[in-house]
Amino acid sequence: MMMGEAHRRRVDTRLPAEYTTPGSASFVDFLARVQPPGDASASVVPTSPTAAHPVPVTHATTIIAMALTGGVLMAGDRRATSGNVIANSDIVKVYPADAYSAIGIAGVAGLGLELIKLFQVELEHFEKIEGTALSLEGKASRLASMIRGNLGLTMQGLATVPLFAGYDIASGRGRIYSYDVTGGRYLEADHHGIGSGSWFARGSLKKRWRPDLGEADAISVAVEALYDAADDDSATGGPDPVRGIWPVVAVVDAGGYREIAESVLAATVTDLLARRRADAEARS
Amino acid sequence: MSTPFYVSPEQLVKDRADYARKGVSRGRPVVILTYADGICFASENPSKALHKISEIYDRIAFAAVGKYNEFENLRVAGVRYADFRGYSYDRADVTARGLANAYAQTLGAVFTQESKPYEVEIVVAEVAHSQADDQLYRLTYDGSVGDERGFVAMGASAEAITGRLGVAWREGLTQAEALQVAVRALRGEGADTRDVSVDAIEAAVLDRGRPRRAFRRLGTAEIEAAFD
Repeated sequence: MMMGEAHRRRVDTRLPAEYTTPGSASFVDFLARVQPPGDASASVVPTSPTAAHPVPVTHATTIIAMALTGGVLMAGDRRATSGNVIANSDIVKVYPADAYSAIGIAGVAGLGLELIKLFQVELEHFEKIEGTALSLEGKASRLASMIRGNLGLTMQGLATVPLFAGYDIASGRGRIYSYDVTGGRYLEADHHGIGSGSWFARGSLKKRWRPDLGEADAISVAVEALYDAADDDSATGGPDPVRGIWPVVAVVDAGGYREIAESVLAATVTDLLARRRADAEARS
Repeated sequence: MSTPFYVSPEQLVKDRADYARKGVSRGRPVVILTYADGICFASENPSKALHKISEIYDRIAFAAVGKYNEFENLRVAGVRYADFRGYSYDRADVTARGLANAYAQTLGAVFTQESKPYEVEIVVAEVAHSQADDQLYRLTYDGSVGDERGFVAMGASAEAITGRLGVAWREGLTQAEALQVAVRALRGEGADTRDVSVDAIEAAVLDRGRPRRAFRRLGTAEIEAAFD
């Protein structure tokens, strides 16, 4: 508590002791020292189960990731829901965690987006303090302990889980990690999906994914998996050619994280719709 | 009963200042200069792991001379300050001016309150949209802050180096030219020439054109090109 008070002193005084104490390169640890539990946001959440007083909470949905030649791909739809209402139709749920990794979230959107923001700062902070980036395994492990720190909120019904994928410079290959709410971390070999539409997306991936997919093919498989998820899950948004809303697709390989251009996604969607239309017409 | 020695405040401050200044003037020099597309940092530093020039935030970098453990402490504090501020508010709310202020207060407090002052001199630099708006803050061991224009030199023979920079620096240098000016200033000229090898130069830039994190260390090839 003392430290928290020290930090609330006027800003034009000497940097408090927590700033100059040598040791941890973790921003999360530093944050816990300058903002001890008690004045953190955790206390704002009521302890009674949300079922007693249902509060509208915005949820984010389907994220998928898959291996491709020389890296990994992550993609997410653009819908956020609050009960039966579409809260947002162009939300972005896939972000760069750092130059060589991507993170996407499903579950309570507010907590998930905050988790992403904190994780981004955590990785950059370590890189600046230590002068070198964490290993991919190290990043995945940090994320696990951050999710575990959120367990209290999860037990109150505010669960959020990420999907993490990155390129490991040392071994020269991409890896995908999935998590559960307790911070369990699982290495996924080929492809994975999280969120309410993930069951349908995973079914689609199971049929369409193959080892050594090229980038263009992988984008097509990802867009189709999300399309299939949106087909059966009301909380997953499909591509919207009218308003020009496409899924977010990011590739991480030896060149680092990059998002696929909207023009490429628009063409992929147009192609997919033409194929599906042709199939439907052939049947009738 | 023994009477404690009386030391006048003037004498106390002078002694501390002399002590700190001596430590700083022994440090290998660092030069910082603005150029058309950014801010260039160069230093004489044989170590590849213990840096004198480092990234603080998106557009902000840090350079120091003096005692390594003391300026390293300030560097880490600066990264924590910047990341905390950027996380609490927004990335745009982290400024070199705010950080320079925090450093000034810290150095000032250490100078008067601790048993010995920090033997350091630091520069906090922020790259802006145009060269005219680039900011260079020089902070000395007692917490004084100077807002510098164009270029700064710190450490051993800082005055001579500043003189050389004053002659060679002009607005609108390219990156290669800026590094060349910096390396020449560090090596000296005529009778003052010092033998500084390519390996002993640490160099970095805050590149105006880079989208978010502007800081980039320069490799051996780029530094080699500045030696002629």
